[in-house]
Amino acid sequence: MQTPRIKWHIVVFLAPAVLVYTAVMIFPLFNTLRLALYTEIDQVRSFVGLENFQTLFGDPRWSESFWNALGNNFWFFIIHMLVQNPIGIMLAAILSHPRLRFAGFYRTAIFVPTILSFVIVGFTWKLILSPIWGIAPDLLSSIGLKSLYAPWLGKEQYALTTLALISVWQFVGIPMMLIYAALLSIPEEILEAGEVDGITGLSAFWKIKLPLILPSIGIISILTFVGNFNAFDLIYAAQGALAGPDFSTDILGTFLYRTFFGFQLQLGDPHMGSAIASAMFAIILIGVCIYLFGIQTRLKRYQF
Amino acid sequence: MSSRSLTIALLATTLLAGPALAEDVTLTIESWRNDDLVLWQDKIIPAFEASHPGIKIVFSPSAPAEYNAILNSKLDAGSAGDLITCRPFDASLALYDTGHLADISDLENMANFSDVAKSAWQTDDGSATFCVPMASVIHGFIYNKEAFEEVGVEVPETEAEFFAVLDKFKEDGSYIPLAMGTNDQWEAATMGYNNIGPNYWKGEKGRLALIKGEQKLTDEQWVAPYATLARWADYMGDGFEAQTYPDSQNIFTLGRAAIYPAGSWEITGFNAQADFEMGAFKPPVLNEGDECFISDHTDIAIGMNANGPNTEAAKIFLNWVGSEEFAAIYANALPGFFSLSSHDVAMDDPLAQEFVSWRGECNPTIRSTYQILSRGTPNLENETWGASAAAIKGTKTPEELGKELQEGLASWYEPQQ
Repeated sequence: MQTPRIKWHIVVFLAPAVLVYTAVMIFPLFNTLRLALYTEIDQVRSFVGLENFQTLFGDPRWSESFWNALGNNFWFFIIHMLVQNPIGIMLAAILSHPRLRFAGFYRTAIFVPTILSFVIVGFTWKLILSPIWGIAPDLLSSIGLKSLYAPWLGKEQYALTTLALISVWQFVGIPMMLIYAALLSIPEEILEAGEVDGITGLSAFWKIKLPLILPSIGIISILTFVGNFNAFDLIYAAQGALAGPDFSTDILGTFLYRTFFGFQLQLGDPHMGSAIASAMFAIILIGVCIYLFGIQTRLKRYQF
Repeated sequence: MSSRSLTIALLATTLLAGPALAEDVTLTIESWRNDDLVLWQDKIIPAFEASHPGIKIVFSPSAPAEYNAILNSKLDAGSAGDLITCRPFDASLALYDTGHLADISDLENMANFSDVAKSAWQTDDGSATFCVPMASVIHGFIYNKEAFEEVGVEVPETEAEFFAVLDKFKEDGSYIPLAMGTNDQWEAATMGYNNIGPNYWKGEKGRLALIKGEQKLTDEQWVAPYATLARWADYMGDGFEAQTYPDSQNIFTLGRAAIYPAGSWEITGFNAQADFEMGAFKPPVLNEGDECFISDHTDIAIGMNANGPNTEAAKIFLNWVGSEEFAAIYANALPGFFSLSSHDVAMDDPLAQEFVSWRGECNPTIRSTYQILSRGTPNLENETWGASAAAIKGTKTPEELGKELQEGLASWYEPQQ
């Protein structure tokens, strides 16, 4: 019996990507997971097993912060799912309409905020909404709705929703582009066949196009989920590391940052920080698994 | 024989090197104050070198945010400078504990500093001091003199007068009475709670009692400042909940507000921005004739690398930092950063003079949360930010806040359990 020859060229061609990916992704990931099992006592690192997780979930103060951040994170995600993705799909449907003029211009204009830096977006919106210099109060008062204005970013009950909507404004271009591409790939024949059967206009969208773009919507949902649970930048740029007011905009990313790197007089604790990072990793992993095994396998796929 | 000649050779080189070193010792200062580079090069270093021939000074600052990390790695590698600029409290204490900062308690000019001034750079029991205090910042209120004249009010002395002045401005309507926001949270704690608070908890007496565990954050004197802060909300601008720190500064320097709860570090910036005359008044006392207390917060100091090559020369320099000459140069070049020494330093800036004059009338203390109490999790300083902002916004009652803070502190700080 002859053993199969090792195909060396495969190893050689894979090596650069595997090595780089291992060095910058896989190794840090597992090292973070490992770090979560240690703590530092009198400047000596010692192994403590799952004690950090016990503190994180068992200590009432730590767990309160954690559940608060997780709850806020879910709200942040829900707003994106309910606002960003439907609007993205709607925009894509309008853009793909063959008789729309200036479609290219709209497409670009809506997509541009996506490539802006978080710092710019955070700062600009803070200025727009500012009670002192902002144009939001003036705009509202010019249409007689001044009473609707509130210092949204400074109020516990509105701040997180406001930030989520700012994030929606910034990223609505991504679902729009993905859905737009999916819509364009639907063959004309199918739509024409539908027309022959009397399905036109809106009902063509609901009955033909939407089922065909469902896999894309699934992908967008999972991208939104991963993106939101890793979010940090916008909150940090707009509200700072303390995620004010009174931690009402604290999400897992800012909670991790404060714990890991420390803040003001609070010294950083890399070990507790790693424990939080591991929890985030687990949450995202579970979310992705639910999608992959629970939803994606049941989606019907159509081959054209 | 050979070992003997080696010894002689070594001795000879030491003897030769001794005078050579004495002629030209160069001390390097590690610092995060890169803003002060010109001040050091043009004023402080020439003044020192003129009176101390044979010692040269090099000021080598790094970026503030990176200072702690850079300094730690330099110290570990043994390449740090001879002199080290000290952050207050735990950051420097850790350096002393690991043997990087030398004990300099027996320096002659240390006698020029009060216990409060030294407390930021001492071991918890006060037995060793490891940095010479350089400067502090004082809290109070800066006001628009023209606005006060226009509305016809006097500088308030007591809390009742303070609120009467605010009422007048509110009635008049042409100025926002109080320029402060709660968006960034720290102003509420630093320029609010720790500004007016010392009058309630009697400065050092209350602060030390809290550290010893004799007083609790639920006690009247620690809760009452929150109740006072809650009354401020009526006098702050529309939408103060989303007003940031730079917003407040701009509102005041543009002349749109009457009173700015301040720290003395604002002086330089305000002098450059505001085109009206400004004055300052100290935190109002509760009743007329009460003893007054001010927050004179220790901010920056300088110590000595315990393993540096030129410890003798470094000691000479540190002793000079404790002298009147240094205090005068530093305080005048950076109005708002006041010398911590007991020398009577003449300052040119009128606003800075007003701030520093309170030291003669009132008892100084430092921010209540900085020493020891912010070592654990939850961190009392950060919790106080949130609590002060919540008090002003009225989202929680002062009693609730006191209870929450006390529970947080007691969860890790033994004397409070």
